[in-house]
Amino acid sequence: FPAGFGSLMQDVLWCFSQVKGTIDIGVTEADIISTVEFNHTGELLATGDKGGRVVIFQREQESKNQPHRRGEYNVYSTFQSHEPEFDYLKSLEIEEKINKIRWLPQQNAAYFLLSTNDKTVKLWKVSERDKRPEGYNLKDEDGRLRDPSMITMLRVPVLRPMDLMVEATPRRVFANAHTYHINSISVNSDYETYMSADDLRINLWNFEITNQSFNIVDIKPANMEELTEVITAAEFHPHHCNTFVYSSSKGTIRLCDMRTAALCDRHAKFFEEPEDPSNRSFFSEIISSISDVKFSHSGRYIMTRDYLTVKVWDLNMENRPIETYQVHDYLRSKLCSLYENDCIFDKFECVWNGSDSVIMTGSYNNFFRMFDRNTKRDVTLEASRENSKPRAILKPRKVCMGGKRRKDEISVDSLDFSKKILHTAWHPSENIIAVAATNNLYIFQDKVN
Amino acid sequence: MFVRGLKRKCFDGEEDIEGTLAGIKAIPSYNLQRQSLLDMSLVKLQLCHMLVEPNLCRSVLIANTVRQIQEEMTQDGTWQMINTQSTGQASLDRLVSTDILCRSSRDQAEGKHVPSYGTFNKDFESDQAQDSSETMSTASSVQAPRNLQSNVWEMENPQENKGNFQKSLDQIFETLENKSPNSVEDLFSEVDNSYYDLDTMLTGMMSNTKMGHCDGLETFSSPTNTASNSNCKSDLNELDHIVEILVES
Repeated sequence: FPAGFGSLMQDVLWCFSQVKGTIDIGVTEADIISTVEFNHTGELLATGDKGGRVVIFQREQESKNQPHRRGEYNVYSTFQSHEPEFDYLKSLEIEEKINKIRWLPQQNAAYFLLSTNDKTVKLWKVSERDKRPEGYNLKDEDGRLRDPSMITMLRVPVLRPMDLMVEATPRRVFANAHTYHINSISVNSDYETYMSADDLRINLWNFEITNQSFNIVDIKPANMEELTEVITAAEFHPHHCNTFVYSSSKGTIRLCDMRTAALCDRHAKFFEEPEDPSNRSFFSEIISSISDVKFSHSGRYIMTRDYLTVKVWDLNMENRPIETYQVHDYLRSKLCSLYENDCIFDKFECVWNGSDSVIMTGSYNNFFRMFDRNTKRDVTLEASRENSKPRAILKPRKVCMGGKRRKDEISVDSLDFSKKILHTAWHPSENIIAVAATNNLYIFQDKVN
Repeated sequence: MFVRGLKRKCFDGEEDIEGTLAGIKAIPSYNLQRQSLLDMSLVKLQLCHMLVEPNLCRSVLIANTVRQIQEEMTQDGTWQMINTQSTGQASLDRLVSTDILCRSSRDQAEGKHVPSYGTFNKDFESDQAQDSSETMSTASSVQAPRNLQSNVWEMENPQENKGNFQKSLDQIFETLENKSPNSVEDLFSEVDNSYYDLDTMLTGMMSNTKMGHCDGLETFSSPTNTASNSNCKSDLNELDHIVEILVES
């Protein structure tokens, strides 16, 4: 039982480790982080932003000399993944914003990841180059061609070491398969295929084939006027390559088996919680819309995030979740205002820790929440520059509903709704988390004793 | 928190006055809130399909909310002419349909069911209109069913009332697939900063109320914006045709 793995809430003290990004008061739109993802070993951490750029951080080797600096993440590679495009047929701009990044498991020295904007998925290869050939016959060291008549002898070029260079090259471009906006991509456990999901359709791709994809889910009605539900997220099962789930704007999750039919219009399982009549309002449907769905690492559970809660479902029980956690229930009485300013449509993501014992999701005011499934304890933490001293322990935050406000509490009306934590990531095996707060990336680790 | 200096007449808990009915003034509280929500939703739908990149999920959720309200209003008999054209300055007096305000004999406690029509209280109407005007304006440009009964709202563009509400909702969805940049885009370019600034939102909406039902649609049928309302009908037919082509491609 490795230390830091599956720690219970009361044992874990989260500390500030690093923050990436500028401190400028005015945030450039392009710098807003739109996705965060660790790779399968946790060695690399990738972020995508609204400007279409991908930044990959690499964890440095832990050194015995500085044990307290437990592997900091430093920039490893930066590249422009997507550019803005224009759809001439519809007179629409296609945003370059990176919606999702998903890593492929490492199979050789190079790293591979998928990145997607609203319309196009790209497979990027990130590789290192630390040698270069020298001693060409036909050109000199500057690359200029030599006069052939001046060459009197031949030599064999040799590889010489050079400064490490990290290159990112687009290896595949999977385009023109989505009419609507892509919200999810998911790599299959067979490592040969992946899926991309938009508002109404899900397509299955083979990594090697870019001019063809299979449509496996299509919920577009024959008559668009009848449209009342869209796909909001989708993911493959971590072990069963034939199984995937997708969530909807009506708060339902469908589990599909690709072996049953080519077009998975009929689900194998249908997860939906009956509505609570006492909480019914005109906003009930909107707040039930699922913004994220994630399989547990074990593959036994799925977690869903809707506007006010995070729910854990057992794959064997479709009629209700086994656990429900309130993220920020104090917003329930503010739904009309949140509808008015569109915050009610914010799409929060959720993540599991490596052992599936703790789940995490974001909130407003740069708060993020963790729920321990075993102890049922939860904590609210804040990603802010004020708490950014190295190895400073994060102090739990508390929101008070009304009435008397204690000293360290913050009242609901003082929350900053422009500071939202939509994207977070948890290291696959350690207690290291990455939290995207607008244009800043915070990295927190648990306290090293 | 969100709004500075404006009275809130939403469903937010702290503003709940349904239990404290004191005479006629408090009676349409639920209806008024519902009406405001409907207006707000229609504005959102209209505005969102003028953006460069409309979010389909958001549009669907808003449209479903509108349908819900419509169904409930149909069930309790308050569904009449609710929305109409609003080109030019949206007169705040028109904000709340007179018909709703006419319902004076609501049940006190539950207050949702409206059994019969009561007498019209003119003073009350202007008071309520004033209150609700502070929440938002109706820069809605969705078609509305024709109400031949007492309707305070001037029908500025009667030719455009082609059908009922459902049809206009359908048209919104049709046009969802076809966007073009509009001046309203400016309103949303800094959305992060004006998230909870209702003033900005209202200002933006007011300055763009020029767009009637046809404005967004006209950009497809004729690049040179004629803004002539009498052309709307033919423009809409043209639009349907264009939409058919585009959707099928």
